[in-house]
Amino acid sequence: MQTQQAEVGAGAPGGAWDRVVDLVSRYPVTVITIFFIIFPFVVPYKALATQIIIWGLFALGYNVCLGYTGMLSFGHAAYFGVGAYTLGIVLIRLWENLWFGLACATFMGAFTALILGFMCIKRKGIYFALLTLAFAQLLYFLAFQWVDLTGGDNGLRHIPAVPLPLPGFTVDIQDPLRFYFLVLFFVVLALMLLQRVLQSPFGRVLEAVRENDPRARSCGYETTNVRWMAFIISGAISGLAGGLYALYLHFVGIETLYWVTSGQILMITLLGGMGSFIGPFIGAGVFLFLEDVLSAITDNWMIFLGTIFILCVLFFPEGIWGSVMKLVNRSAGKKG
Amino acid sequence: MDLSVIVMQLFTGLSLGMLYVLLALGLSIIFGLLTVVNFAHGAMYMWGAFIGVFTVTWTGSFWLALIMAPLGVGMYGLIVERWLIRPLYGRDINYPLLLTFGLQLIMIEVTRIFFGTSDHPFNAPDILSMPLEVMGIFYFPAYRVFLIIFTGVICAVLWYFLERTNLGLVIRAGTRDPLMVRALGIDMNRIWWLVFGIGSALAGLAGILAAPIRSVYPEMGVAMLVECFVVTVIGGMGSLPGAIVAGILLGLVSSLTTLIYPQMADIVIFLVMAVVLLVRPSGLFGKAGLLE
Repeated sequence: MQTQQAEVGAGAPGGAWDRVVDLVSRYPVTVITIFFIIFPFVVPYKALATQIIIWGLFALGYNVCLGYTGMLSFGHAAYFGVGAYTLGIVLIRLWENLWFGLACATFMGAFTALILGFMCIKRKGIYFALLTLAFAQLLYFLAFQWVDLTGGDNGLRHIPAVPLPLPGFTVDIQDPLRFYFLVLFFVVLALMLLQRVLQSPFGRVLEAVRENDPRARSCGYETTNVRWMAFIISGAISGLAGGLYALYLHFVGIETLYWVTSGQILMITLLGGMGSFIGPFIGAGVFLFLEDVLSAITDNWMIFLGTIFILCVLFFPEGIWGSVMKLVNRSAGKKG
Repeated sequence: MDLSVIVMQLFTGLSLGMLYVLLALGLSIIFGLLTVVNFAHGAMYMWGAFIGVFTVTWTGSFWLALIMAPLGVGMYGLIVERWLIRPLYGRDINYPLLLTFGLQLIMIEVTRIFFGTSDHPFNAPDILSMPLEVMGIFYFPAYRVFLIIFTGVICAVLWYFLERTNLGLVIRAGTRDPLMVRALGIDMNRIWWLVFGIGSALAGLAGILAAPIRSVYPEMGVAMLVECFVVTVIGGMGSLPGAIVAGILLGLVSSLTTLIYPQMADIVIFLVMAVVLLVRPSGLFGKAGLLE
């Protein structure tokens, strides 16, 4: 699919848009990296930029589930939230080491996805969506009740501001710009790993499962295990994003685990466009920017976001990036 | 713990279960026929309660509110199906789910604008506010007795409608094979439209019935919606007997847990769900492989 679009774009005689789209489709990781290196210097404040790439990373992880494997999960708040709580608890109680904390967050995200995946993965479609939602709610209520560990309703407070230990020296990351680049480092790392995974034979099987599960199974692939694996990878990336979010806020609110968070990541991914690398970041950027602008004007900004989301579902189900691709392909087709 | 406390708690659980039943029935008939998971169901329930508040404030009559709430929310459901959900038929099964998710966000915000974010007190009518005495030991609040009987009647009417009328026959046939029904010259679009309206009306009815015993605020449907999903998953998606059995079961389990170990009250229904799914993956009354 992707290669085909790239070819069409390359065959078209020009137009700046075509070239941009072509470039992004061919070298998504490089383009995204370069864009986000420049990004913090052009947005009004760094905090928004940091939030955008953290949620972009979360949406990237979510997209492994929805976009690449075709599983609609309504419970990704669980992995994001578990990652956030893990980082906080590790830094507060175990060891004030940033690498260790983030590694634990990623691991726990994956581990939670492994356990909950075991319960849900055999079901598909709507059943899967409802099951993931219900189990995520279970975790929410557990965190709510387990006040000693999580702080319950008050959230997990006082996550220490640890420096970043590098071989030989440590870097203070309290400066917003430095913190931004720390997050960007993990985003790029995740992007590169994910690209490697998706281009591997395993990645091809994922797409096969999305397009036609019974057929993939009849070709000899254990599709349930393939989906489970994708779910775990998705959980790991979501856990990492959650850990970074906790580090960014120095705080984990109980609502991180609430199902509204799952809905939000779904909206972001759908808004940006499923099944591409750039889509989730566009979605996160547009969503958070709109939230930022609208919440300054009115308390009821959810009305506008909800309306935009509904219009998106009705008229642009491919999301922003998907629609751009379609538009470019159509114009390229006319010229050709 | 003496017997009367346990009986009282079971009774409270039964009335909670009846709310689950009403909501889950609405979800289930919509899902069974339209294959739409209505994420706005919780918000429709909330609107039912608010229409109740509005009607009682203006007219003072609970009984009028009891008619207005399902009527209003049912009409709203008809509009939603016609203009928002119908364009999505034939597309991926997930799109109506996403659309109704967005819709519920809007509905909650609209309610906040008009009614504020605080709780709205809502009292049962005087005739239903005294306790009923049974054998001199048990005192059941009359409103809850009314709620249980009324829901029972609604279930019976719904059963009669689906099993004994011609329209019900068409609806049941549509659940099995919409294409065949259409081939027999029946306009399925109108059937779907009607069923979505009925399902919404049931949500509105649950809302007004819940108003006197639970607090009325814009987010009241959010947690309720997830609980009703659990009910439909346990009962089996699209199964009406399943919705009734699972709804009552969860109401009882949840209120007994509140009595014995209150910290677990919110968690226990999810544990029940996990156990049921491990033993019977398609739910108590579900058919394997439905809509996957």
